[in-house]
Amino acid sequence: MSDTVSGPLTADSIAGAAYIVAALLFILSLAGLSKHEKARAGVVYGITGMVIALAATVWLTVQGAWGTGAGLTGLVLLVAAVLVGGAIGLWRARVVEMTGMPELIALLHSFVGLAAVLVGWNGHLEAPALPADLTAIHHAEVFIGVFIGAVTFTGSIVAFLKLSARMKSSPLMLPGKNAINLGALAAFIALTVWYVNDSQLWLLIVVTLLALGLGWHLVASIGGGDMPVVVSMLNSYSGWAAAAAGFLLNNDLLIITGALVGSSGAYLSYIMCKAMNRSFISVIAGGFGIAAPVSKGDADQGEHREITAQATAEMLANASSVVITPGYGMAVAQAQYPVAELAHQLREKGVNVRFGIHPVAGRLPGHMNVLLAEAKVPYDIVLEMDEINDDLGDTSVVLVIGANDTVNPSAAEDPGSPIAGMPVLRVWEAENVIVFKRSMAVGYAGVQNPLFYRDNSQMLFGDAKTRVEDILKAF
Amino acid sequence: MTRIGIVAELGREARVAATPATVGKLLGLGYDVVVEKGAGESASFRDEDYAAAGALVVGADEAWGSEVVLRINPPTDDEIGRLADGATLIGSLSPALRPDLVEALAGRPITALALDAVPRISRAQSMDVLSSMANIAGYRAVIEAAHEFGRFFTGQVTAAGKVPAKVLVAGAGVAGLAAIGAASSLGAIVRATDPRPEVADQVKSIGGTYLKVEVAEEMKSSDGYAKATSEAYNARAAEMYTEQAADVDIIITTALIPGRPAPKLLTAEDVAGMKSGSVIVDMAAGQGGNVEGSVAGERIVTDNGVVILGYTDLPARLPAQASQLYGTNMLNLLKLLTPDKDGQLRIDFDDVVQRSVTVVRDGAKTWPPPPVQVSAAPAAKTQTEVAETPAPKKKEGLSPAGKAGLFAAGIAALFLVNAVAPAPLPQHFTVLMLTVVVGFYVIGKVHHALHTPLMSVTNAISGIIVVGALLQVTSDNLVMQVLAAVAVLLASINIFGGFAVTRRMLAMFSRGDGARK
Repeated sequence: MSDTVSGPLTADSIAGAAYIVAALLFILSLAGLSKHEKARAGVVYGITGMVIALAATVWLTVQGAWGTGAGLTGLVLLVAAVLVGGAIGLWRARVVEMTGMPELIALLHSFVGLAAVLVGWNGHLEAPALPADLTAIHHAEVFIGVFIGAVTFTGSIVAFLKLSARMKSSPLMLPGKNAINLGALAAFIALTVWYVNDSQLWLLIVVTLLALGLGWHLVASIGGGDMPVVVSMLNSYSGWAAAAAGFLLNNDLLIITGALVGSSGAYLSYIMCKAMNRSFISVIAGGFGIAAPVSKGDADQGEHREITAQATAEMLANASSVVITPGYGMAVAQAQYPVAELAHQLREKGVNVRFGIHPVAGRLPGHMNVLLAEAKVPYDIVLEMDEINDDLGDTSVVLVIGANDTVNPSAAEDPGSPIAGMPVLRVWEAENVIVFKRSMAVGYAGVQNPLFYRDNSQMLFGDAKTRVEDILKAF
Repeated sequence: MTRIGIVAELGREARVAATPATVGKLLGLGYDVVVEKGAGESASFRDEDYAAAGALVVGADEAWGSEVVLRINPPTDDEIGRLADGATLIGSLSPALRPDLVEALAGRPITALALDAVPRISRAQSMDVLSSMANIAGYRAVIEAAHEFGRFFTGQVTAAGKVPAKVLVAGAGVAGLAAIGAASSLGAIVRATDPRPEVADQVKSIGGTYLKVEVAEEMKSSDGYAKATSEAYNARAAEMYTEQAADVDIIITTALIPGRPAPKLLTAEDVAGMKSGSVIVDMAAGQGGNVEGSVAGERIVTDNGVVILGYTDLPARLPAQASQLYGTNMLNLLKLLTPDKDGQLRIDFDDVVQRSVTVVRDGAKTWPPPPVQVSAAPAAKTQTEVAETPAPKKKEGLSPAGKAGLFAAGIAALFLVNAVAPAPLPQHFTVLMLTVVVGFYVIGKVHHALHTPLMSVTNAISGIIVVGALLQVTSDNLVMQVLAAVAVLLASINIFGGFAVTRRMLAMFSRGDGARK
């Protein structure tokens, strides 16, 4: 960009300084999320950082292009795009249901991916005058940026479709799918080398299509229950896409932000995988969906017992402590409000009510926490698995609402089980367990759950929301 | 169609084995029901009520001649003789205490089921007549005590002061818990003892204080009932009872050990140490008594003015309630025995509940049944089994050497790239590397509950890619301008949407009044 301001204060240097400030504010923004009390201040830091970064960039752009025809068109386009984009963003953010958060987040990832592809394409079209060795690097950066962006884009679109049930959530099983993924990667490397030597537009088109296909295939072969990992993984990719754009544009702010987001997503994926006792690679390769071996757990489990909402209400009213362990089923049934009301009423009666949240409950890291917060459940009674597990033995009643694999005793007790070693909520240690379920069907992992047949557990069949409302009526 | 006969009880027994409500449900199982005239009278169920529910009111002989006879108390020898050949008798037969009765029943070609012999497993709880009767007895014991006690239970604030009654409940089984609940809801201070420390929470939950006997011994019960205790424990417990007896106004003892005489908890000296006007209800009086000096079925007043009640008919003193619960238990057993609801009674010996209650089958003695292990007890066996099985396999990661190798390769690659790359690249790598490290530590500290807001805020800030698009939007190339504008639009959705939804979510998280322990 040209220097229109004389002296040591140039537009570039001001923008550079603003970027450093913005980067710091972004880090503070994420750091704020370590505590509930500081979280809102964190968002303010983030917004401030964004405003500073944008103001500096816009000023830089205006400085450079003021008065030229292209500059004017560009500014009009810029204002129009920000207004439209901002309006759409604010509108979606206001109307989205908390149960629909996973879809929204997946969709937002796809936007970053697509934006990264577009920025990469522009990087090709721009073709700056650079020394030869830098040109090669520039080409490589374009290629890598477009590739990561495109994978993120289609991957997120598929995740969005699966989460919003517009696409079947069962894994896609193409023959030799690992070969397809590896082949695509090898082709990408080969194309990169080619492009660095001879930057043809058609090569860029080919790699874009290749990456779009790979993103689609990667996520399509992963089942619905692994979505927490997939969404965090795509979060990570969207960050790396932004970082790649930063390399391309020589922009440290993009690199810093991209790396922050990238490591954030990677860390979340890591936590999720640990919570499922799975290797990240196997989730990404969709290996789990194929295996799901039928364990000996399929043998005769005995009988399950049913309980009525009325009897549940009595049991709860006489309990001294109650732990509620929600799962994705609660989100599906939109049962968080009645559940919150139930917790509230029990607390009024002096019952010690707490929630136990498994790390992979729901379709997004922290999904259950958001749903419960939406229903006004105080966050200090919403505990993590590790915080609540040791207390479950002293609990009178555990309500399992729409959870299955996350409370499966065979993970802890049956070494032959496909989910063996996965940390689970040890609800079976409680005095009584009441499982809200629509039917006796198996959970996502396809593993039979011996919990349902334990002597201290009883089944309450039906839609979770209706059943919880029945209990409230019975009080 | 099979006919069920509800027969009258003998003597002072006021309960009846079926109520009009359960009769209606028995009809629903496909049975015909006849009721002996006047059977429910003392429990306030009139013959008209039974008739209205759909039963036929008949004479004694006809009722006894039914294919299935429901009863509460064990039959006399005469009554056994009145049963038809092939009939089924269901009642509280106490087969463990009455070998003579079992022999007499086996002398006829009949089937006899003891409702009081259902195993203590959760599935059979709905038929557990011992529990349901013990519940009533515990309540009634408090009422009897209150009747004898010359004072308020609750501490009423009067000019004369506020002195609530103190109640000690020995044994926190079903009866004990019912007594604790009833006494505490009347306003008394309630203390409870029990050799099983795990009942402490249950005692607390219904308003009592658990008194622990401090010895190094824990009792685990494998069949759900209490067992005999050790010497050291008994010595310490005896001291505690002596202390408590001098302090409390009312003592209700419920300690029973199946198949043995009731343990003596209070000695004559303990009773002598109690205040005049105190009341003891010995609910174990029928099995020998927990209190020295109690007499089964009698009200005794000691020399120092302590009333000892040894009533053995406590459930029958609440006849309507007791009949209702007993009838429901009976109904649940019949439901189990009539799986097809077709009025045909079938006994399946593969089912542990049905096996356990069957005392005599078609004239053959089937008592005692094989023992049933109750899984409710924390079985040490399962625990050791779990410990012995190989620890659930963790996913095999790379070997330490492999990890080190990979790490070294990564470092080398980073080194090479930066060594050969021209000017701006190494700086970029520096920034990238440091940010990844910072990011990892910052994200590691994020509260688990805030992971969703974390994702939406990272969504928002990854919209920073707008900066790249902004720098391109003023290009001379119209295609580039359009592409950049689209990118700006998409990134704006992210920035505005991401921040807005994060704020919305965080606003929902509210702190309660601190329920955390």
